[in-house]
Amino acid sequence: MTAIDASPSATSSSSSSEPIATRSTLLGTIAAYLTASDHKRIGRLLISVSAIFAIGTAIEGAVLGVERISPSSSIVDAGIIVQLFSALRFDLIFSVAAPLMLGLAVAVVPMQVGARALAFARAAMFGFYLWLFGVVLVGSSYLNNGGPGGGDAEMVDLFFAGLGLVISGLLLISASVATTVLASRRAGMTLIETPIFSWSALVASVSMLLTLPVLAGALIYVAVDHAYERATFGATEGVNAWIGWALTSPQIFIVAIPTLGVLAQIVATMTRGKQPLRVGLFVGVGLMSTAVIGAVTQSSHTVNFSGSASDILKSLIPYLFFNDLSILGVLVVLGLCLLALKSEKAKLNAAFVPAFLGVGMVFTGMVGNAVNKIVNLKLANTVFEEGVLVYVCYGVVLSGIGAVAHFGPRIWGREIASAPVIGLGLLGFLATVLASLPYFIAGFADQPASVANGFDYSGPIWLWNSLVAVGHALMALVILLFFALAAKSFRSGTISTATSAELFESVNG
Amino acid sequence: MNTSATALGAGPTVVMRRPALVLAGLLSAISAMLMGSMLAIWLDFRSSAPLRESPDGSKMLRDWLPENIKIPEVATNTMMMTFVITCVMAQWAVYSLRRNDSKHASLALGVVFLTEIALVNAQLAVYSQMGIGVRDGGYMTMFYAITATMLLIIIVCMGFTLLALFRSMAGRAGDRDLISAHALYCYSVSAIFAAMWLVVYVQK
Repeated sequence: MTAIDASPSATSSSSSSEPIATRSTLLGTIAAYLTASDHKRIGRLLISVSAIFAIGTAIEGAVLGVERISPSSSIVDAGIIVQLFSALRFDLIFSVAAPLMLGLAVAVVPMQVGARALAFARAAMFGFYLWLFGVVLVGSSYLNNGGPGGGDAEMVDLFFAGLGLVISGLLLISASVATTVLASRRAGMTLIETPIFSWSALVASVSMLLTLPVLAGALIYVAVDHAYERATFGATEGVNAWIGWALTSPQIFIVAIPTLGVLAQIVATMTRGKQPLRVGLFVGVGLMSTAVIGAVTQSSHTVNFSGSASDILKSLIPYLFFNDLSILGVLVVLGLCLLALKSEKAKLNAAFVPAFLGVGMVFTGMVGNAVNKIVNLKLANTVFEEGVLVYVCYGVVLSGIGAVAHFGPRIWGREIASAPVIGLGLLGFLATVLASLPYFIAGFADQPASVANGFDYSGPIWLWNSLVAVGHALMALVILLFFALAAKSFRSGTISTATSAELFESVNG
Repeated sequence: MNTSATALGAGPTVVMRRPALVLAGLLSAISAMLMGSMLAIWLDFRSSAPLRESPDGSKMLRDWLPENIKIPEVATNTMMMTFVITCVMAQWAVYSLRRNDSKHASLALGVVFLTEIALVNAQLAVYSQMGIGVRDGGYMTMFYAITATMLLIIIVCMGFTLLALFRSMAGRAGDRDLISAHALYCYSVSAIFAAMWLVVYVQK
């Protein structure tokens, strides 16, 4: 069986740093991408398409922010608003964060582990098409009032079909990445010697392989029920009750696992591979994957600080295990990265700025999730949870910007300018804070979740929602500008002159 | 004069990590999580069902399986036994290839494929004998959802068997990684079916 697809195109493009576009016609390039089995091409497709979706998702967020500025008047039709709330969640996780991180893994992991090519590359390419087609179907269903809680039954069925394809596609890509790390490493490389980004990609892939089938199982029941009976699983209104867990924390933490690998890899380059307690990084990444347990149990583990000491302890232990253990993982990685930077003479790397800020945003979101689960604060069903989601997913986008800036010269063969990357990283940080922090505040003021009109609370409603709208719009601009910068740099920028030693350091640090 | 020569050191050990086997392991994990989640929801619904008196009035039963539905246990038990045969045949294929006996490997894989056809046939017979409609109620909807998913997993296994069979018949006797991967997936599917058989067909 052809486990490793080493097609001529794969081997030639892997060995050459010359960009594809300058070597062939436009039609030829399109054809090459459509039938690609080269890991770099599949990775580029995933990264590029998810970046395009990220712009659309940020615009969705801006529209929802604008809609909530004045709760007494509406700009968008009420039926569409319900769908937009659900679409924002779906898009942030399944159209942007998950494919972006998997795309980076597909492009970088084979180079890092010394594999000739991605294991089961054609399966990964098929997975990309399944995912893309699924996202298009889900988007179409949302546009036609067919998402969870939608009014058009046929479009709701289309949503189920689309989500099924998205899950299948992501599973195929994850399986390909995990197999590459587990079975295609160069001779002599043990798992503990695997570069930290590849390790994080393995942990994230396996975590997705364990959680997405659980979503698929629930989806099958809900879809069959919706198609035939519409009673047992609550018909359209019951969809969120059964599959909603996949569109919130802790499932979103799983797609953020590679952000730790990106940061640690960049720091390893800056410190020339000298990392004290390297095993600690592996443990930190592994700890973050404990989010899997919280995801597959599909239950919210809250803590209530009122009552007797034994009651508090009873709720505190599962709360700490399910919500805070993964935070500890992020803390371990952040601490070790800062320790490495402190103890070694670091060489400045522009990609560090967005990558570090990205992990910081993910960490803030995870802390927010832990706060959200404290019953006494009464944050359930408020916009606080939306703030958590945006913090984590935009943190992933920021980390993705850092990763493209860092690994881009190895993937595309050309350098990317440093100064704009730092500027866009800082701007992206501002956008993330603006799009999320106001909802942390509004959550304490009891602004309801997934509601655009008819709510009231004491506080500047217009200010918080305006800031959120500006934050999302700014993020759309940041992604667009970075996309333009990357496209220009990787088409006509300076050809990467990294020596093999630098390449090893950068990729295998 | 020094006549001794220093021998070259041994090269790095070649690591045979067997990607197909790893992929089969991951595929098994996906299938197990899929069926595991469906069984968990099934058990959740069953435990939430109201209590009713048994027909002889001796005990209280969960009002989960409608009284008029009879599960054809002969067919479902035959399916379980067929899975045992499938596993033995899949292991026979591995055993044969270890001895470079591609004829017996192909024969074993052919028998595996036949047993899988028998499994599909038995499942269709179960549907036919039960005579229930997917719209008839909550139990029926969930019954069809979970058993059809199991059927889909068996069909994926059939595709795997066909792939292994074609390659074996084409003389790829050295394809031990694939045949071992196939056997691993057969064992996993059997274990997954055993769990479903116990919950859905035995405990009901």
